[in-house]
Amino acid sequence: MREVAVIGVGETQFGELWDKSFRDLGIEAGLRAVQDAGITTENIDAVYVGNMSAGRLIDQEHVSALVADYSGLSDMHLPTTRVEGGGACGALAILQGWAAVASGLHEIVVVGAAEKMTDVGEVKAMEILTATADQEWESVFGATIPGLFAMMARRHMYEYATTREQIASVAVKNHRHGALNPNAQFQKEITLESVLKAPRVAEPLGLFDAAPLSDGAAALVLCPLEKARRFQDTPVRILGSGQASDTVALHDRRDLTTMDATVVAGKRAFHAAQKTPADIQLAEVHDNFTITEIMAIEDLRFVKKGQGGPATEEGQTTLGSRIAVNTSGGLKARGMPVGATGVAQAVEIVRQLRGEGGKRQVQNAEIGLTHTLGGTGATAVVHLFGRVN
Amino acid sequence: MAGIVSYGAYVPRFRIQPKEIGRVWGVDGEAMGKNLNIRAKSVPGPDEDVITISVEAARAAMKRVPGVSPSDIGAIYVGSESHPYAVKPTATIVAEAIEAGPVMTAADFEFACKAGTAAMQTCMGLTVANMAKYGMAIGSDTSQGAPGDALEYSASAGGAAFLIGNVGVAASINHTVSYTTDTPDFWRREGQAYPSHGGRFTGEPAYFKHVANCAQLLFKRANSGPQDYQYAVFHQPNGKFPLRVGKMLGFDEKQMDTGLLVREIGNTYSGAIMVGLCAIFDVAKPGDRIFAVGYGSGAGSDAFDITVTEEMDALHKAKVRTMRSMVEDFKVIDYSTYAKYRGKIKMREG
Amino acid sequence: MAVPRFWREVSSRYNLIGTKCGSCGTVDFPPRVVCPKCGRRSVGRMQKLKLAGKGTVVSFTIIHDAPEAFELMKPYVLAIVELDEGARVTSQIIDVENEQVKIGMRVESAFRKLGSEGEAGVIHYGYKFRPEM
Repeated sequence: MREVAVIGVGETQFGELWDKSFRDLGIEAGLRAVQDAGITTENIDAVYVGNMSAGRLIDQEHVSALVADYSGLSDMHLPTTRVEGGGACGALAILQGWAAVASGLHEIVVVGAAEKMTDVGEVKAMEILTATADQEWESVFGATIPGLFAMMARRHMYEYATTREQIASVAVKNHRHGALNPNAQFQKEITLESVLKAPRVAEPLGLFDAAPLSDGAAALVLCPLEKARRFQDTPVRILGSGQASDTVALHDRRDLTTMDATVVAGKRAFHAAQKTPADIQLAEVHDNFTITEIMAIEDLRFVKKGQGGPATEEGQTTLGSRIAVNTSGGLKARGMPVGATGVAQAVEIVRQLRGEGGKRQVQNAEIGLTHTLGGTGATAVVHLFGRVN
Repeated sequence: MAGIVSYGAYVPRFRIQPKEIGRVWGVDGEAMGKNLNIRAKSVPGPDEDVITISVEAARAAMKRVPGVSPSDIGAIYVGSESHPYAVKPTATIVAEAIEAGPVMTAADFEFACKAGTAAMQTCMGLTVANMAKYGMAIGSDTSQGAPGDALEYSASAGGAAFLIGNVGVAASINHTVSYTTDTPDFWRREGQAYPSHGGRFTGEPAYFKHVANCAQLLFKRANSGPQDYQYAVFHQPNGKFPLRVGKMLGFDEKQMDTGLLVREIGNTYSGAIMVGLCAIFDVAKPGDRIFAVGYGSGAGSDAFDITVTEEMDALHKAKVRTMRSMVEDFKVIDYSTYAKYRGKIKMREG
Repeated sequence: MAVPRFWREVSSRYNLIGTKCGSCGTVDFPPRVVCPKCGRRSVGRMQKLKLAGKGTVVSFTIIHDAPEAFELMKPYVLAIVELDEGARVTSQIIDVENEQVKIGMRVESAFRKLGSEGEAGVIHYGYKFRPEM
């Protein structure tokens, strides 16, 4: 297998983008990535598109061909593939693109991911998102995605004495980071008090514990490392990846406070890259809810199990400390167009590793990690990226 | 003669009080309550209906007789005036939920408040004719009164299920007689949300005429008098009518007290004398005799002369909630919550 | 929801019919064709089993933001209940004040309405849990 590099990144603004259609978003992110890579459309060999639920959100299936078509690629008759895995589809698309290049199947691949969540209204969007849980044995009985994560939070508090304040501190940190990110949906800091007092969604989680349902798209251009310097002065290498699945229903999991899929995906990625958690300076982890980040930093072994709350509260994961988690603002502040998140996380890591982090640049950024979940943890994907010196 | 092999009941937990209903409509609700001898009525939760109530009652009945196999139930009939479906019987869902069938017959009944007792008589016929080993008769309702109408103070929710058979009878039905005429005292046209009634016409020419005449028929058939019974239960649209007709027939308050649940839970319509009987069965001893006369508008009465047997003691051993414990486990709600739960608020379409 | 899709699950939703693995004895709910512990060994050896409906609350939440179908119930308690046979289920806790629900509470199953396809559609019933008698 060949080494694979990221030679281009692109993303749209994330937010409630009334003027932009799904196609607009896909094209915009793709073109930016292609421009950033300095390639022409003729260079592209294949397109992978991560998308969770265009079929229900905009009544459109077959979005891989659609995005390629509207990006002007139809005459090239490229292989285009849509990748789905709940919220992990963007990260899964990266893995598919990586495999295609690493195996020699393709040379230059565009991996994009897009989601248009705001056309249907909030209540409907939440219902559609709930389809990533177990419809027959969770959703039918009144489960919602926030409700399922809230049950993990409550159990985490019960077993480890994690406090409400510690959980809320994730949102405060991520908003502080998001305020430094011009592409973030929310660029305002928030106080701990506002998180604790926000309207209740599913106790103990409130409105400010939850990432928004947004519109947005992001894209990467991948090519074999040996060719990367033709396109980029600062290519970034994919060091290793790991993917894992688990039971779909939360009640079937081994332990409500641990995402075994994250643990296994993380181990696989570290093993593939021949690295350890101590080698990581920055990470974009799946913070669809505050509690998810707390569990993620434990399950990726940045901190001990049960210590995620105190570690966050003490600032161990903020910009400037030993590991910077979610410098983009995370899903919480940067926005969550569900299917696009995995690629957006990768875009942030690549920019940081290139030294393009601007006000939120992590010092001495050598190796970065992305962590993306599908459903309530039935899928987890971890990618490790490294600066090529 | 056939009899009751097992019994089960269910009353929803929510209650609304006459004072609260009166408050909304600008009348002295407390006085209304005193007038009707009703202190509270039961209200079904938003996730309850005649089907869920019938299932809970039927399951309670089956729990008392673990030796009876549900596949031996040859018929299930559910009487109600508030079946969730106009077409698709409650009875088949009850059957599925107690694992009875598919080798059985079923149907839903309607005869205002006496649909449940009509189901009892039908089951008796089937079992006596050996067409079924057991039949289950259920009377269950989530009746509504029009907002602001007198019936709003009494129309409530609840249900009871009786397993009828020849073998292992815990309450023998010695006699049953009925008295039926075409009397339009209370009715509801198809498609209407609320029933209509004839006001004072519902009293003497309707309730009293049928209950009294039917009771006299039963005394004659059984060759008995009020002194022969330890308990009496009459249909209870409010807490006054049954006491009045009971006294007219020669019964005293002590005999009627145990079965007179309307004062605490309102009129459970098709379940009315059946839940009253369940309260009596919970405390009755072998040898106790019960006089029960139901009434359904439209109009008719079914009467039963019942004697409790030795088998009743075994039924009390099961870990099943008693009528009294259900009546006493309640949560009072206000009118707005009641209106929300009862679907009286027009929600958005689609 | 499509009519056959709900009808198919009725015996499990009404009567808590699950399966017991003929190979290792693990109880699953809903019924499984393949035991997660035994894999292929268990195929053809899964036996139907009716669960008693008694269990303990493992975790819960109070849901305030509810989907349209549950509008009338909110705020309601959603919980994961570990049934005594070992299988876990997700459903609502009823007949108790929301604030009184606790991890470790004993509960028993009740038969309630889960929802319906609008005013004209089929009504869906299933299990919810109330404090044990």
